[in-house]
Amino acid sequence: MGKPSRRQFFKIMGATGAALLAGRGRASASEAHLVNNETIGMLYDATKCVGCKACMSACKRVNSDYGSLSYEQAKFDKDGLWDAPQDLSGSTRTLIKLFKESEKSWSYVKYSCMHCQKPSCVSVCPVSAMTRDKITGTVDYNKDTCIGCRYCQIACAFNIPKFQWDKAIPQIVKCDMCKNTNLVKKGITGCAEACPTGAIMFGKRKELLAEAQKRLQENPGKYVNHIYGEKEVGGTNHLYLSAMPFNKLGLPILTEDVPAEFSEKIQHTIYKGFIAPVALYGTLCFVALKNMKGHESKDKKNSTEDAKEGSDHGA
Amino acid sequence: MGHDEFQKHEAKILTPSFIVLLTLTVIGFALIAVRFIWGLGAVTNMSDGYPWGIWITYDVAVGTAIACGGYGMAILIYIRNKMHYHPMIRSAILTSMFGYGLAGFSVMVDVGRPWNSYNFFIPSKWQANSAMFEVALCVMAYTTVLLLEFLPAVLITLEKTEWKTLQRFMDMLHKRTGINRPERMDERLESVKELAAWLKPRLDKVLIFVIVLGITLPTMHQSSLGSLLLIASTKLHPLWHTGFLPLLFLINCMFIGYSIAILESVISSYAFKRPFETKELSGIANIIPWLTVIWLTVVIGDLTWRGQLGTALSFDFYSRFFLLDFGLVAGGSLLLFSGRKRESVRWLFVSAAMIVLGGALYRFNVYLIGFNPGKGWHYFPALAELLITVGIVAFEILGYQVLVKILPVLPKLHTRQQLDAKKHDDPVTV
Ligand code: SF4
Ligand code: SF4
Ligand code: SF4
Repeated sequence: MGKPSRRQFFKIMGATGAALLAGRGRASASEAHLVNNETIGMLYDATKCVGCKACMSACKRVNSDYGSLSYEQAKFDKDGLWDAPQDLSGSTRTLIKLFKESEKSWSYVKYSCMHCQKPSCVSVCPVSAMTRDKITGTVDYNKDTCIGCRYCQIACAFNIPKFQWDKAIPQIVKCDMCKNTNLVKKGITGCAEACPTGAIMFGKRKELLAEAQKRLQENPGKYVNHIYGEKEVGGTNHLYLSAMPFNKLGLPILTEDVPAEFSEKIQHTIYKGFIAPVALYGTLCFVALKNMKGHESKDKKNSTEDAKEGSDHGA
Repeated sequence: MGHDEFQKHEAKILTPSFIVLLTLTVIGFALIAVRFIWGLGAVTNMSDGYPWGIWITYDVAVGTAIACGGYGMAILIYIRNKMHYHPMIRSAILTSMFGYGLAGFSVMVDVGRPWNSYNFFIPSKWQANSAMFEVALCVMAYTTVLLLEFLPAVLITLEKTEWKTLQRFMDMLHKRTGINRPERMDERLESVKELAAWLKPRLDKVLIFVIVLGITLPTMHQSSLGSLLLIASTKLHPLWHTGFLPLLFLINCMFIGYSIAILESVISSYAFKRPFETKELSGIANIIPWLTVIWLTVVIGDLTWRGQLGTALSFDFYSRFFLLDFGLVAGGSLLLFSGRKRESVRWLFVSAAMIVLGGALYRFNVYLIGFNPGKGWHYFPALAELLITVGIVAFEILGYQVLVKILPVLPKLHTRQQLDAKKHDDPVTV
């Protein structure tokens, strides 16, 4: 075992470790992500929702040509009278669920994409099929570039992107703020327009936050004193108010840490300007060439000896 | 780098194991056809909560680590300057080539819209933030590198070949169907041989740069395979979610790679009835504990730093899997620290197997077992899903078996015996 070469080897290992540590150290200092409150979103007030599901059917109606949103038949429903999805799915972008603790305590909740300020799905998509519009803040999906790797599903803390498991030509399905449909035609999202009780408010993030604050202040004791989405994973454009704890409504308890920042920082530290990989290649080439040289001179000696012996092993 | 270190394994190709493997391969590929006609849901249990199943976990994450034998041997030979291991490199590269090629193939079966993969080559679609982007490009590049590294074995065979089988086949075809041999066939075959002869020395000259690329690329993508799960901070259990994932995956693939090189050599010596390469094996076994000790230290240090040691010892579901992967790696390495056990083929085999199992379980823990998307989601692979993986692995072994019999891949016995003769006085316990 040659001592110097082992040391070289550990040096390489050490460099990788150091790069990682450096990445950790700087994580809080640089590139802190900025929340843009001029972007658009929605505020869902669970206390106003009556569970009529008008938003669900409006979503499928306006977006039917845009994301193949077919109806889902329930097992008991032999004649196919209702659209009865059990969860967000490959044909359902938004869903109302009822959470019932007791006869007195229950709440509806609406699921759809949170349109994160620093979306994990965009950060991980290898081919830029998930994108976030800088001006509107809308996170959109493009099936013409998507390779169907489902990394966005792994990454999303809210389990929002859904995949069409039953199709030979599948795609990812998620809310896109009616970006190509209702929003273009009417300037408002389909679900917000359809809601008869005003439980879904559409607008700029700053207006939504102001309105949510106002409701919290004007109705002390009515709500859980928290705007879900204001700070979670770095802020989302879809905000929630509720009278019941948010985790009881199936929304995950999350901190202000931004997962996409954590992972990108480590990735950037290792691959900054592609310097580390190139340096690694250069160093290894140098070592390998040096080693080969040493052996070539030895080989030459050997081969002359071999020739003398009249070696019998032709290649 | 003499080409005379390698030889073909002279034996029949059509053996009973060949038939079994072929059957498994055919079943697997038939199910793959089902997947493309009726969608992923028809053959798998993957769901929106567990969008990555056994294919990504086993075929890609574990499969490429197992295929790191070539990577490990290349580091040993070219960087750490241990030329006497050179006879072992071709079989290591061949396994790596199959491992990576089939991991790439599995990905194409797994992704929903493979026809869009060309976007990886369109700069405007590049997404350097994505660990998957890095993994995909590196794996594609590395598979190409492995092909190039293996090319000399093919070229040398082409150069020497008499085309006997082809000639016989042509004659048979002529007799049965009356199709004539294409005109000037001999001439054309001759020019293929000449081309091979022309290419080989030129390839030999640049090969070292390709080989070093073959060391750089796995260093990059094996660590990125760990980075893939960095984003899942809310879903991956804290026992495994750490900023050190890339480093841990990198070291993990190295010790798996070396251990697999040991297992592979022992198994193929046994299966092909060749003498055991005990000397080289115990040499390799010498390196493994160093790597595992670093790995185990990083794991413990990181858990302590993040205050998760208690979780690790809580003996709940997650803790048990953690202790199992940790224990297998630690136990295997402990055996290897004893010099005498390193000399015995049986103990070498046991400890290498333990380390491979532990290392692979670590990857399973990160990709599946420690991954919890929330309440209500469960995953256990479907039978068809498993059979596809089995089919792909069977195809891999099949290809290896056939190729070592038609190309000079295995170390030449002549060289072998010379090496053994040198250390004849050391008793070898089997
Ligand atoms: S909620 Fe999920 S899918 Fe929607 S933007 Fe955030 S990370 Fe992406
Ligand atoms: S499934 Fe499509 S959108 Fe999601 S990460 Fe993969 S390529 Fe991007
Ligand atoms: S914003 Fe549009 S796409 Fe999104 S849930 Fe509402 S209606 Fe559906």
